This record gives sequence, structure tokens and C-alpha cells, in this order.
Amino acid sequence: MKKTITYLLLCLLAISNVASIAVGQSTTVTLIKNATVMTAAKGTLENTDILIQNGKIARIGKNIAAPSGATVIDATGKFVIPGIIDCHSHAMLDAINEGSFSVTSMVRTRDVIDPTDIAIYRAVAAGVTAANLLHGSANSIGGQNTTVKFKWGHPAEDFPIADAPPGIKFAMGENVKRSNFPAAAGQSPRYPRTRMGVIETMRDAFIRARDYKQAWDDFRAKKTKVQPRRDLELEPLVEVLEGKRLVHAHGYRSDEHLNLLLLADEFGFKVATLQHGLEAYKIAPEIAKRGTGVSIFTDSWGYKLEAYDATPYNAYILWKNGVVVSINSDSDERIRRLNLDAAKVMKYGGVPDEEALKMITLNAAKQLGIDKRTGSIEVGKDADLAIWNGHPFSPYSRAEMTMIEGEIVFDRAKDGQRRVDMARERETLEKLDMNRAPGTGGGPPRVPTDRIRGERDDAEYGEGGNR
Amino acid sequence: MLSETKRITFAVLSALVIAASTLAQSDASQQNRTGKAGVFAIVGARIVTVSGATIESGTVVLRNGKIEFVGANVAVPAGAEKIDGKGLTVYPGMIDAATNMGLLEIQQGMPGGVDVSEVGVMNANAKAYLGVNPHSTHINVTRVNGITTVLSFPTGGVIAGQATLINLNGSTQAEMAVVPEYGLVINFPRVATGGGFGGPPVDFNEAVRRRDNQIEDLRKMFRNAENYLRARDAYAKDKTLPYVATDLRNEAMAPYLRGARPVLFTAERERDIRAALKFAAEFKLKGAIIGGQEAWKAADELKKANFGVIYTNIYNLPVREDDAYDSLFEAPSKMAAAGIRFCISTGNDGAEVRDLPYHAGLAGAFGLSREEALKSVTLYPAQVLGVDDRLGSIDAGKIANIVVTDGDLLDPRTNIKYLFINGRMLPLTSRHTDLFDSFKDRK
Repeated sequence: MKKTITYLLLCLLAISNVASIAVGQSTTVTLIKNATVMTAAKGTLENTDILIQNGKIARIGKNIAAPSGATVIDATGKFVIPGIIDCHSHAMLDAINEGSFSVTSMVRTRDVIDPTDIAIYRAVAAGVTAANLLHGSANSIGGQNTTVKFKWGHPAEDFPIADAPPGIKFAMGENVKRSNFPAAAGQSPRYPRTRMGVIETMRDAFIRARDYKQAWDDFRAKKTKVQPRRDLELEPLVEVLEGKRLVHAHGYRSDEHLNLLLLADEFGFKVATLQHGLEAYKIAPEIAKRGTGVSIFTDSWGYKLEAYDATPYNAYILWKNGVVVSINSDSDERIRRLNLDAAKVMKYGGVPDEEALKMITLNAAKQLGIDKRTGSIEVGKDADLAIWNGHPFSPYSRAEMTMIEGEIVFDRAKDGQRRVDMARERETLEKLDMNRAPGTGGGPPRVPTDRIRGERDDAEYGEGGNR
Repeated sequence: MLSETKRITFAVLSALVIAASTLAQSDASQQNRTGKAGVFAIVGARIVTVSGATIESGTVVLRNGKIEFVGANVAVPAGAEKIDGKGLTVYPGMIDAATNMGLLEIQQGMPGGVDVSEVGVMNANAKAYLGVNPHSTHINVTRVNGITTVLSFPTGGVIAGQATLINLNGSTQAEMAVVPEYGLVINFPRVATGGGFGGPPVDFNEAVRRRDNQIEDLRKMFRNAENYLRARDAYAKDKTLPYVATDLRNEAMAPYLRGARPVLFTAERERDIRAALKFAAEFKLKGAIIGGQEAWKAADELKKANFGVIYTNIYNLPVREDDAYDSLFEAPSKMAAAGIRFCISTGNDGAEVRDLPYHAGLAGAFGLSREEALKSVTLYPAQVLGVDDRLGSIDAGKIANIVVTDGDLLDPRTNIKYLFINGRMLPLTSRHTDLFDSFKDRK
């Protein structure tokens, strides 16, 4: 009986534990002491404390007294930066491309997010706290993206940022044309196959969306009597026309990105970001004039023809023209070194360090419409922070601790302890009968299937085609 | 209105500016930009020799393609072009021992420029030296980031072909080559259960069988080549014996079977590395491992076999989900601790070889000392490749591959100020600076 009660109590404890995590916002008070704070908003502050309450940055200053019960983190000699935000990622996604049609605006990446993807942990271990989970680039108009915080350990529903504006993926160029992924034998190629066809596919979709919106407007104004049938393909595009949904447009060549900007002018909407934009530097004034952001790789290039006119000075030229630039990974590997990708733009042209830092933090937040809550270290913002053991632009530095809304999602010291535990667990498991080597009396080994997922967005479509 | 004097001054200045810019242009137009020869003295710089102590303020003299003098108190020779090194640091050029530089320009969608993988499985006679394009845009893009020498090799099949060791300057392969036919690259057969993109996973026992068969085929290739060479030698001595027609594939194996040149085995996991070493011992091959994820676990046999490791896994994800997140960042420090001779390489096909310093830097963030990190892309690759008599450090007599910077060589914020390969001073231009210049002022 006593045992049962204890057991029940333990269960209750476990449940309440889970519940408190599920709230997603730490109720504890944390004080980070004596750090070099790179705010990405108001310069770098030496010997500075950050007080975190209810998941928010409550105070920034010198010699802040620890409130009673506060967890104090001594960050002497360490650097604190805003959590890194990756404006182009496919981490967590069990599927990336619904590439069957040329317009798949009805599908949503948030329906396929996997909160146990190890890529999340590897990203938070590099100071990344938020990401734009984009649909792939297999079609002119792809699916809806999801803006998430990497709340490792939480259930899937805690990841999307509730008040982030919705968005959608567009794509242009080689991936959309399926240039490097020919149709399988017996299948006819999908329209479009040229850059001419790509922009026409988009134009056609927006004409249909405009007509659809008109039908609803007329109905609501009682000009017509029959309610239009809901169209899940066109609804998101109507939201684009109404300025309620952000367009993130994958592309490489400047001419095709300019085609899209002109199309957007024609239909009266703004493109939120040009994704990749390896040639964006060629049309920097045109992009700046429209207030469109660009999310780039710093220096990845040459992996296909449309990536051949890249230059690592892209960030500098765009920044000089007043464009909001972010640096993204588009890769579960690269996401672990966005700090170094930001550092590089200081060399290529001479972007100042705070502007370089913004390219992996505040600027990405601006592009995703979440800059009111995250992206810089300012009072009132979410406590999304990364603590580094040295300057984050030094190659010799590593993230020591990452927190999201005040909750620690990565702690290198604890990670070290967990390794020891896991090694012990592995040892125990390997001794089990079913895991014994063939021929030594155990059962047949079970071979785990590697998860089949592309590093980059179009990887699913063919071998080697990972960008 | 400008006064008369001011106007004249202005005119003279304008003429000077135009003359200077014309000069700059004519310099830049020397593409493939093989630079200029001469005697150069870098004076008053911090000199990180790598092989010995760092000289806080010293002089390096370059002449006839070699480092002539290095030291704190070296006189500038008459006629030398003097370079003020105040505030600058001099490093040996970096070496990437695992690339496909020049063998492919654009991987996807441009098959016309791809020469990296020959048809078939055993291609000992596929020579990278004959496939490298000295005018690939990757070459300038790479060297302006401080990488001056690379090993470039083909990738396909089991015997992929022969690597070439080249400096990143020259109009012909011969001008570039340090060792034209450096070594044989073998993709050592491994147990591959993964089905790859969408393919079904292979049964473990079947995968073991496949691996064993491939190793057996490789062994046969070596035995056949041995027999072929024996028969050729016998015929050379005794013309009454049957004539043996030339076989280029077997012929290409000769220097390796005779131990004259190294064999490089690609292998990642401990068991594959041990298997490769066993194979090497069977045929008395000398060489190194390329890849080396788990090389630190095979330290004993690597050291016994005197094999080095060309580590190419910094920009790779841990293989298993339960591997430590930094396991592949940390491996170099484990190799260092285990006393393995190793170097860090990109393993990249060309476009991103320029990231080599950051590969080393990341290893530096995870356990490797800064000194070792620097060595891992300078002196250590030279040692692993056995060319440290010519490359890898700033010592008199070595090839004058020199990089002068305004900061730490491995830091992404550092600017390269001067670059010398084979003693030639090179312009710091590339396709990427050209594109920058073309568009930076567009309004």
C-alpha cells in the first residue's frame, strides 16, 4: 500500500514536472553575472549582468543584486549573445518537398515537425534558438513554413512561435525546373521546365488568387448570393495579397529574383525575403527600394551552375545598400557554425562586427517578423541567449550554454555528464542477449534504418542533389 | 574657382591617380595571374615558423622560389623588394591533403567540367596530374585565403587513381606540381548497410560478404600486378621467355608495390581502418588514412604501421544519433593525445577548400591546442605526406609558400595581405573579387 502511494506520488510528480516544462516559459529567476554582452542592438557591454524573470530579460546592467532564489550563472570571461536565428532550415521536418504539383501552397511544414530530431540538439549546442522551417524548393510555389524556437525536450506543439506571422516558400531556377533531377523513365516532365514557365506559374496562381479574393469580397458585400467554395491552395495566396503572409523566395540568379519583385509590384505585395540570393548583390538597389530582405550563405558557391556567380562580398554590398541581410544554414551541419559564417563578412568587404552579429540574430528576427520578442539582448525581450567561452567570432570559441525563454536547453557541463551515463547504458545494452555478435549465441542483430532525409531542401529528389 | 597652382596640382594628382589605377588594372589582368618573380624581404614582421619558435620581429627573405633566410637579425639583400611587415604576421602557406581541386568545376548540371571519377572499379592509371585544370576558378579563390598547396585526387571505384600534389599557381600542371604522381588512392571496401537515398537497407551479413568480396578483388588486383611485374622483369632479363604486353593498369601499380610511393586509403570506422592497415601490411605498402573518424581508436596499429591520418570530418555530422554532438570536432584532439601523426583537411571538391583554416579552428575550439590547430594545416600535412623537407614551415631552403596576414591565420576575420607561392608574389584577386569590383558601386 505504502509502495503504491509512493508510486502514485512519483507519477504525479512526473506529470507536474512535464506540465511545468510544457508551459514553455521558465518561472525561475536567473542572473547571468559579469559577462561581455554583445546585444546586437546597442553595442557590446563589458562586465555586465543580465537578469531573467518569467522567461524575459528583466534588467541589463552592472552589479545587479541577485533576487532571493535566483540561479546565478558566473559568466566572467565569457560572451553572451542573442540566440542565433536561422532563417532557412529544414531541421525537424519529416518531409521537405511536396513536389508533385507546381503550386502546393496548401501544405504546411508544421504538420511534419519532429521534436526528437537530434539536429535540434546539435543546433542548440551551437547557440541556435530559433529557425524558419521552410518547405523545399522543388516547385514554384511551395508549402507554408513554420517559425519555431528550438525547445529541445518539449512536445511538438511548443515549438512554433505562436505570434510569428505565417509564411510561404516560393522557389525559382534549377530546382523548380528540375534541371538536375530529370523525370524518371515513363514519367513526363512537370511544367515548368524553364525560367519563363516558373514566373508564369506564379503569375497564374496570383491571378487565380485575386479572382478568388474578389469572389469572397463580393459575397461578403452581398453582391453575390452563393458562398464560394473554400480553396486551400488559394487562401494562403490571398493572405500574401493582403500582406498577412510572408513570402520567402528561393532563387539564385538576379534576373529571376527581379522577375519576382516585379510580379509582386504588379500584384501589390512585398516579398519578405529572397532566400540564397547568391546574385542578389547584382540588384541590391532594386531589392533595397522594395524593403525586401535577403537571407544568404556567406560563401557557399559553385555547387551548381546557378551558384557560379556568387561572391562572399554579397553580404557587404547588400548591407551597404541598406538591405536587411541574414545568414542562414539550410543544413543540419552548417547550422552548427553560423557564428563563423557571420565572422567571415567582416573580412569580405568589412561589415562591422555588430552588423555581422545581427545577420545571424536580429536581422533574421526582422525577416521573420519576430523581432519584437527575440533577436537581440534588450529589456522586455525573450531570454533567448547563448553563452560562449570566448568571442563568438573566434574559431576557437564554443557555446557553453543556450537558453530559450530563460530555460536552459543546452549546458555543456551537463552534456559531459550525460555522455558518461550513456556510455554506461550502451555497455549494458550491448551485453544483452539480443545484441550479442552473430555466432556468439545471440539472436540476429537488428540493423537500424538510417533516417532518410536530405541535408538541404531538395536532397530527397536525387542522389547528391543536396542544395 | 580653383587657383592656378591648385589646378595644376589637381591635374598632376589626377594623372597620378589614373596612372596608378592603370597599373593596378594591368596587374590584375595578368590572369591566370601567376604573379611576379623577384627577391622579396618581409621586414619587421612577426614570424610564425611553425617548426620552431615564433620570432616576434624578424625578416624573411625569398629568392629563386625558396626561403633564403629567416631570423630576427637578417640583413635585407641588395636589390630585394622590401615589404614592411610591421603589425603583420608571416605564416607558411596552408596545405589541404584531401581535395579534388581542378578535377571538377561545377558538380551539378555541368558534366562537361567534371573529371573526378573514371569508369570502372580499379583505375590505378587514372592520374589526377593529367586531369587538373590549372585555370579552374577554384584555384585563385582558394589561395587568396592562404592555402597554397593541395593534394588533389579522383574519387570513384575502389582504386580511384593517383593523387597529385600541386601548388596553387602556374599556367600548366608542370608549373604547379610539387609531386606530379604523388600516391595511389584506394577507397577501402567497407561494410555498407545503408541503402542511400531511398534504397532499402542491406542485410548486415550480406554487407559483410560484399565487403569481403571487394577486398578479395582488390587483393587479386595487387597479386596480378605483382605477377605482371615479375613477368616483365623476367622477360627483360631473358628474351627467350614469353613477351608480356604492356598493361597500363598493372604498370601504374609498380611504384606502389615497390614501396616507392604512398598508398592512401579512405576509411572512417575503426574496423575499416584496421582492415586497411592489415591489407597494407600484407603488401608492404606505406601510406596514410584519409577520413579517419575513429582513427583515435586504432592508434596502436596506426603507429605500428607508421601511417598518418588525413582527417576530413570537421564539417560532417556525427554518424549516430547518440554520438556526442562534438564527436567529430573532438577527434583531432584525441588523435593528438594518442600520438597519431595526423593533419586536418577539408575533403572538399574545390569550391570550399578555402575553409581549411576554419576546419582547424573548430578543432581548436574542441580540445586541440591553438599551436596544434595551426600545425594541423601546415607542418602536419607536410609530414603526413612526407614532404616536410620542402613544405609546411618557414625554414631556410623550403619552398617559398608564404602568407602574410593582419591576424590569426585560422580566424575568419583575418585578412591576407601578401601571398607568395614558389617565391612569386601573387595578386590577391579571384573570380570573387572580380565580381565584387564589377558590382560594388552599382546604383
